[in-house]
Amino acid sequence: MKLMTTLLAATAMLALAAGAAQAKQLVFCSEASPAHFDPGPTTGGNDFDASSRTIYNRLVEFEKGGTAIEPGLAESWSTSEDGKEITFKLRAGAKFHTTPYFTPTRDLNADDVIFSFERQWKEDNPWFAYLEGMTWDYFQGMDMPKYIKEIVKVDDLTVKFVLNEPNAPMVANLAMDFASIVSKEYADQLAASGDLAAFSTQPIGTGPFVFSDYQLDTVIRYQAFPDYWAGKQPIDDLIFAITTDPSVRAQRLLAGECDIMPYPSPADIAQLQADENLTVLEQEGLNIGYMSYNTTEPPFDNANVRKALSMAVDKAAIIEAVYQGAGQDAKNLIPPTMWSYNNNIPADTYDPEAAKKLLEEAGVTDLTTDLWAMPVSRPYNPNAQRVAELIQADWAAIGVTANIVSYEWTEYRERGKQADRKGPFQIGWTGDNGDPDNFFATLFSCSAIGVSNYSSWCNQEFEDLIQQAKTTADQAERTALYEKAQEVFKAEEPALTLAHSKVFMPMNKRVIGYKMDPLGIHRFDGVDVTE
Amino acid sequence: MLNYILRRLALIVPTIIGISICAFAFVRVLPGDPILAMAGQHGVTPERYEILREQFGYNLPIWQQYFNYLGGVLQGNFGVSLATKRPVITEFMTLFPATIELALVAMFLAVIIGIPAGIFAAVKRGSWFDQLTMGVALTGYSMPIFWWGLLLIIFFSGYLGWTPVSGRIALSFFLRPITGFMLVDTLLYGNWPAFVSALRHLILPAVVLGTIPLAVIARQTRSAMLEILGEDYVRTARAKGMSPRRVINVHALRNALIPVVTTIGLQVGLLMGGAILTETIFSWPGIGKWMIDSISKRDYVVVQSGLLLIALIVMAVNLLVDLLYAVINPRIRVQ
Repeated sequence: MKLMTTLLAATAMLALAAGAAQAKQLVFCSEASPAHFDPGPTTGGNDFDASSRTIYNRLVEFEKGGTAIEPGLAESWSTSEDGKEITFKLRAGAKFHTTPYFTPTRDLNADDVIFSFERQWKEDNPWFAYLEGMTWDYFQGMDMPKYIKEIVKVDDLTVKFVLNEPNAPMVANLAMDFASIVSKEYADQLAASGDLAAFSTQPIGTGPFVFSDYQLDTVIRYQAFPDYWAGKQPIDDLIFAITTDPSVRAQRLLAGECDIMPYPSPADIAQLQADENLTVLEQEGLNIGYMSYNTTEPPFDNANVRKALSMAVDKAAIIEAVYQGAGQDAKNLIPPTMWSYNNNIPADTYDPEAAKKLLEEAGVTDLTTDLWAMPVSRPYNPNAQRVAELIQADWAAIGVTANIVSYEWTEYRERGKQADRKGPFQIGWTGDNGDPDNFFATLFSCSAIGVSNYSSWCNQEFEDLIQQAKTTADQAERTALYEKAQEVFKAEEPALTLAHSKVFMPMNKRVIGYKMDPLGIHRFDGVDVTE
Repeated sequence: MLNYILRRLALIVPTIIGISICAFAFVRVLPGDPILAMAGQHGVTPERYEILREQFGYNLPIWQQYFNYLGGVLQGNFGVSLATKRPVITEFMTLFPATIELALVAMFLAVIIGIPAGIFAAVKRGSWFDQLTMGVALTGYSMPIFWWGLLLIIFFSGYLGWTPVSGRIALSFFLRPITGFMLVDTLLYGNWPAFVSALRHLILPAVVLGTIPLAVIARQTRSAMLEILGEDYVRTARAKGMSPRRVINVHALRNALIPVVTTIGLQVGLLMGGAILTETIFSWPGIGKWMIDSISKRDYVVVQSGLLLIALIVMAVNLLVDLLYAVINPRIRVQ
């Protein structure tokens, strides 16, 4: 009897001890407050970190730490012979979150998928403008209305995307944040109650974490979703502690107030690397900093002049002075981590003498031009003003006078797009979906002139290659086409490709399994912490 | 007195109209376009740009935009944030308590240190204490807030580990706001450790925000005190054999505090300005940080309504100070 009592007491104590065990918690010092939690209409990386990558899933997902596409809410998909139909087979039993404000009565089905896109697409959909002045920038920006003809429910677990023309990057587009799958049942519940705005403040998804609370500009709390289709997460609580200043983020990390932080200030990296409790991961960003020549403006309409000017720029000096070790010389438009990167393209040479000669041959003397410097710091170009000064000095050495001009950021881009812009224009790009089309077509297709083709460059050979690659399903064929396109690009030099930057991610050593993402996403599924 | 109050209240109306025009004009002279700022790196096509301009009413003549705005404000509608799509007034009311709490504690520190320091410096005029106090005050007044904040964080939070780096309370406390004032809420919850945590989080930002007002108050108190100490009635009081303590506390201080109260009132406007920087450094979720974030996002609606709301509050505080001034200084009432 005595033994029995002791055993019972021991069992009770063990149970108590287990109950009292600390929940595993991961604190991410995020860089900005999210606009809200609906990933469809938002555009910021911080918005996506806080919504689409925590709360939601997509039909297909980017592999963790890469850009390859893998199954998400769709277990499998197939493309028709003519490339105009993509059929997705949905995962059976994928559950939506249960929260104090919503209890789902059914699992994910085709209606949710169709609703997720039609709300962004069809103006007569009651959810198209459910918040005042809202816009679906990514859905529009990725030209989805142009490519999608209709989305058809084949059965409860099968959805077919019918396209107007074959579009190879479409599947990768569907892994992007704006393509997150939302709950139609939840939307219907809110529509019945008349509180549509709650869709953006009290989110419901199928993702690894359930939204728990948001205190404006302060902290976002999530809990692991116990019924997540891929299994419950190793951590119990995920907290975003919003800390806008990068140096303060670093101090919080050093003080142990947070476990992981994005975008450290370059000045803090050495100190963070030196701390014995921290690890600093680094990776090449999926980005490019470049300088667009206006190819419609003489003498920049002459490819030899453009090549001469590029040749006169000492890129190595710029990378050392401006990127401070966090940059890599860009010989192509796309970064080397992206498929179809053409490594046979020779690296740009710095040769002021040859540049001078080329300019003379082209009959260009006493050239005076504007040189545009972005007013903001971006990962792909941390200090465009400094870059401009270095280029100005390099060009002075070959007799070219450059006057540096700059405007407020939106004004800058707006003026940069004008066909009559004077002088070369610094700009850059961060990849959206890991597909080369997202660089080549977005930045240098003929249809992007006036939008994001700052070179106003429309080269038929290049255009044919990238358009063909867009409509070809086979990746090997696409690779060959893009490799060729890079040769044309290099021969024509519509822009000087400056650098791809490195991205740093400092974290406490107790964080396990975090993978840096080339698309700049911060994902915490599969991440664990040691006790 | 009633006449005086009415006169002061009547002055508020043209001031509000003036401020609303300034706030409205200010965001429009800022370079940049809110629609392009919203569009992100993909940009928008010219057709879509026009649609959006119409949707937000930016295609209307500027005077019409202003009257639409003013009409909304008079009905209590301060607009909806372009970025978050939430009503500006809701965001303001959510964040305002954090700023008030910080400003009150900062002002409390400034007053309880500044006034005695000023009095001592005046009484011991020319002593090392006087020179030290005024030297420190001048340094404090000249200190750039951003640099001062970072310095304190690095030393007290980073090096010594005495205070938290930023935020309002340790993340382990999950308390839903009741009043929005963290010190009050933690007490209402009866959560003592949370109260201590909130207090520890307040120290550094309050010191940073309170530094300039402290310096100003100390200098103002000193000079007002010096002036009063030279008055005939003080000399008379002394001649009558009154104790120095009584001369200072009863005769001099009461009169010296009149200009100090005005100074404190004027500091409210400065505190709002200082809060912008302090809140940004310490990730303090108040209206200062909210305004900075909105300016960088070109969120016209938040910036113009936020400016107006802040101006209204500063005006209200100044009105209160004027009235208080009238109460403590009877001569104003007579005038």
